[in-house]
Amino acid sequence: MNEPSKIVKTIASIIFPFITVYGLYIIVHGHLTPGGGFQGGAITASGIVLLLVAFGSAEIAKKIKESHLSILESIGALSFISLALLGLSATFFYNFLAGSNFIFGRIPPFGSNPGDMNTGGVLPLMNISVGLKVIAGLSAMVLALALFARLKRGRKGVRKK
Amino acid sequence: MIYNIPYMASAILVIVGLYAVLFKRNLIKIAIGITVLESGVNLFLITLGYRENAVAPIYTNLPEGTSIPEGMTLPVPQALTLTSIVIGVAVLALILSFAVKIYQHYGTLDSREVRRLRE
Amino acid sequence: MNKIAILIAFVIFSCALISTTLILRPFGEPESTDMDDYIIKNAQNETGANNAVTSVVFDYRGFDTLGEATVLFTAVAGVLAVLRRYAHE
Repeated sequence: MNEPSKIVKTIASIIFPFITVYGLYIIVHGHLTPGGGFQGGAITASGIVLLLVAFGSAEIAKKIKESHLSILESIGALSFISLALLGLSATFFYNFLAGSNFIFGRIPPFGSNPGDMNTGGVLPLMNISVGLKVIAGLSAMVLALALFARLKRGRKGVRKK
Repeated sequence: MIYNIPYMASAILVIVGLYAVLFKRNLIKIAIGITVLESGVNLFLITLGYRENAVAPIYTNLPEGTSIPEGMTLPVPQALTLTSIVIGVAVLALILSFAVKIYQHYGTLDSREVRRLRE
Repeated sequence: MNKIAILIAFVIFSCALISTTLILRPFGEPESTDMDDYIIKNAQNETGANNAVTSVVFDYRGFDTLGEATVLFTAVAGVLAVLRRYAHE
């Protein structure tokens, strides 16, 4: 009951890369297919929670520290705001990369077309920063809940009224 | 009358969630009731923007013969529902963390006995 | 006595909710506004993305997404502040 069996650990560590690749695919192709930053971030965070459930919170807490996750989340939020402020030449959230020939600046032809990755303007960069923020935030929340519940078992009884 | 079934389904979800919030005593059951209530509101928001026999407003590999403004569903209610779902997740996380702290302090999860403001 | 009052108010509210869904617009015929027609026709030209929903979330209504990211950040900060463990416990 305390330690999960070997079958659960093996299957969880086999299937974890596939979940991560699938989640990152949905984040990056957010401007061509249904999906985007929030959805792909939730999928990848559920992959990390699968590892947390299979291996127990004591082993995962040695590899992933909460301060690293906090730094990743702050990087995601700051890059989202700086991408919004960089288009301040016209308005606050101006799409300054669509139409220019920098990196994501092609305009697709009107109507149905197979999607091209080069389009989108500032949208794929915003998708990646929001996805990073959601991954780090959801993993930190579940890790904090698991570690706190583990600590509660070691106290000298709870206070009854 | 038979064509308003999605609206009636979301009304039933709101009624079930409201019953769980008003008449149950356990804190975890109240949290589940809040989640069901919020799911009903999201369902209502997204069925407001449906057109009959229409496809999603995405231009990648459209099926043949869809007219461009009239054959697609409205994109703005879908964007508002995305925001509402994320806010529901945030509220549920805070409710559950408070429930864990209350159980550690009082020893019980009954909502009639955790009423004191000062201990 | 208190429970009976709450029960009566709940029954009246649920009847009002169900009877409202019978007089709404029929399902599948929304009122076509100018804003949605403009967004569907010009989203590829101005934003450069194939997905109209993502361009609404991040480009036409990017300010709401900024507020939502702030709510998510506040929730994570609140959970990590409540469930804190100290070394001397």
